[in-house]
Amino acid sequence: MDLSFTPAEQAFRQEVASFLEKELPPATRKKVLDGLHVTPQETIQWQKILHRKGWGGPNWAKEFGGTGWDPVRQFIFEEESAAAGAPRLLPFGLKMVGPVIMRFGNEAQQQRHLPRILAADDWWCQGYSEPGSGSDLASVKTRAERQGDHYLVNGQKTWITLAQHANWIFALVRTDPSAKAQAGISFLLIDMRTPGVTVRPIIMLDEGHEVNEVWFEDVKVPVENLVGEENKGWTYAKFLLGHERTNIAGIGGSKRELARLKRIAALEQKHGRPLDQDPAFAARLATVEIELMALEITNLRVLSAEAERRAPGPEASLLKIKGTEIQQALSELMVQAVGPAALPFDPAVMDGAPPALDPAYAAPLAATYGNLRKTSIYGGSNEIQKNIITQMILGL
Amino acid sequence: MHFNLTAEQQLLSDTVGRFLAKAYAFEARHKIVKSPEGWSREIWAQLAEMGLLALQVPEAHGGMAPAVVETLLTMTALGKALVVEPYLASAVLGTALVRDLGTPAQAEALLPALAAGEKIVVPAHGERGSRHDLSRVATAAARDGKGWVLRGRKSVVIHGQAADVLVVSARTAGAVDAAAGISLFLVPRDSKGLTVTGYRTFDNQRAAEVVLDGVALPGDALLGPEGGAFPGLSAAFDLGLAAICAEAVGSLQAALDTTIEYTKTRKQFGVPIAKFQALQHRMADMLIHVEQARSMSFLAAMKAASADAGERRRAVSAAKVVVGQACRFVGQQAVQLHGGMGVTDELAVSHHFKRLMAIELSLGDTEHHLEQFVAAGAGRPA
Repeated sequence: MDLSFTPAEQAFRQEVASFLEKELPPATRKKVLDGLHVTPQETIQWQKILHRKGWGGPNWAKEFGGTGWDPVRQFIFEEESAAAGAPRLLPFGLKMVGPVIMRFGNEAQQQRHLPRILAADDWWCQGYSEPGSGSDLASVKTRAERQGDHYLVNGQKTWITLAQHANWIFALVRTDPSAKAQAGISFLLIDMRTPGVTVRPIIMLDEGHEVNEVWFEDVKVPVENLVGEENKGWTYAKFLLGHERTNIAGIGGSKRELARLKRIAALEQKHGRPLDQDPAFAARLATVEIELMALEITNLRVLSAEAERRAPGPEASLLKIKGTEIQQALSELMVQAVGPAALPFDPAVMDGAPPALDPAYAAPLAATYGNLRKTSIYGGSNEIQKNIITQMILGL
Repeated sequence: MHFNLTAEQQLLSDTVGRFLAKAYAFEARHKIVKSPEGWSREIWAQLAEMGLLALQVPEAHGGMAPAVVETLLTMTALGKALVVEPYLASAVLGTALVRDLGTPAQAEALLPALAAGEKIVVPAHGERGSRHDLSRVATAAARDGKGWVLRGRKSVVIHGQAADVLVVSARTAGAVDAAAGISLFLVPRDSKGLTVTGYRTFDNQRAAEVVLDGVALPGDALLGPEGGAFPGLSAAFDLGLAAICAEAVGSLQAALDTTIEYTKTRKQFGVPIAKFQALQHRMADMLIHVEQARSMSFLAAMKAASADAGERRRAVSAAKVVVGQACRFVGQQAVQLHGGMGVTDELAVSHHFKRLMAIELSLGDTEHHLEQFVAAGAGRPA
């Protein structure tokens, strides 16, 4: 057992830090550190910069153009990137459909899609949830009927993150309506420009346009866009969910937000003293900081276990629950830190509009606090994660 | 960065676990607890034979120190079995104090005997007014020719009655709460003017009130620098904190395991109560607490001897906070999920509950270590 990073890992951390220092566009960095939205162009630009360096696929094997980094290096990369204010890499291609195509896709699919994910030439979105399905993903109703060389897709997906920017969607569709829940589901890759695909925005409580409904009306999808075997989609979906949760603890991002919270607490006053010197507030802040310290070690333990068995395990549920609780607690403390100054609201601030009132750092806090309520709901709600843990520990 | 054990470490962990599973089974433990001394010299001799009392003793004196991972594994195994022997008090705290502060003569006189299980040395530090404050010492030591005279009272001295030698902290200078001016003294159990009154604690360990009524000591009873013992004391207690965190993990895991087992067998309304989602989610929450505590027990073990005092303080105090919260939650919920059986004396669960509560109160509680963490620089940039 050794909890310190090896000299090679420390050198790697240094290499990542200097690269970020040199290559991360300052305007993008400032937005991320201030807790604002980056534009799709900025996200694409950053992915392209990483790709040029050969770091476009931090979690991908070398044979598919990835870095081949072990889980500890991936962790260091994510941590340094988040701390430096780099935009979050789009998970839909890199962490979701990419690994599925590598594992279950055919060679043509791999050659067609994987390089374009790395180069940010395609923007993918995830078509899993449907109206009414919630965390019960197997209740897929969207139909795909085989008609010669194509499937005819009809149905509706919802909660599709950033579908308004996407040109591809990977979707769970029902190919065998007579089969029970998990059986009869297939995994289809669908070009969003195909006639019959409609994207409608869902406006969230922070008035941001982050998720969408996606409608399929007689959409013709070529048979070659089926991943793996027909009616085996649930297996691929589960594989994907495991990978999706690997980094869901969001340690690096929470460290960055903790630093922002500390900057804010040092500038705010309570009883005429800096807020960070108030014992009650300092204790609450320290409690979250300590939880984060513990979760970082837990995360590294899970990663090192995964490195040995080469696949994410059910401990990922623990990381998801605790990681999202910490993200929410940090955003809550930031609101608490500024008090009523969190209430003046202008959604345009999140996209970079100058706030009308001082202090500028207070302007995005309420929107972020509201927005992050999603974290304990998405990706399998935290209650579902507890069901998974229960099955793991109780064997029920 | 890795969490693997060496083959020797794994063997040690397995061996200790197997030994305790038998020697410290529920009924066997009950007998030990109810015995006049409240611990077992027979078990103690066996722990010595297995080399476990030598983990903090330097090689030069026949030991294995620093055996960081071995100590962690041993403490976790002791926690699982609810061992009441003076391991933490003597084999960790007492041994570390003699090792780190002792003169060559003091070390030679005590360390080999500690490793062999022939002598028990425990710290007598806490006082009624000190709560968790490590630097508040009212007990006073005055010079008397070449020697010293000690007056004062030490409270809840764990295994005070078992000790052959007490390491007593006393003030030789400074205000009552000053870190500077604290000295340590080796006080033999048979010293004149020393009264040790033993009793049982809620968790069935043994402790004592120690009254020093003009205890005269020779000059060479001083352990460490006169008035400058605090850094050594603090370092030893941090080692003790790392150890008690590891012990907690063993007890926490056992409390969770027995709860899972119980809910799978106990039936209500015709089904095992483990089928009820309200209970399942409670157990998931317990598991999260246990795993977070385990992570911090690793961190504390690795950082407890760090040369960077700030880093050591933050890591060890943070660990005690996470562990302390886990002790409360898991202890309380383990009892709750056992229903009526949980509040009886008949199952292991209530004994884990009591030990976990005692751990939370030992070597600084959650609130104290949260303050320590903040004072050590939670306000600095992350």
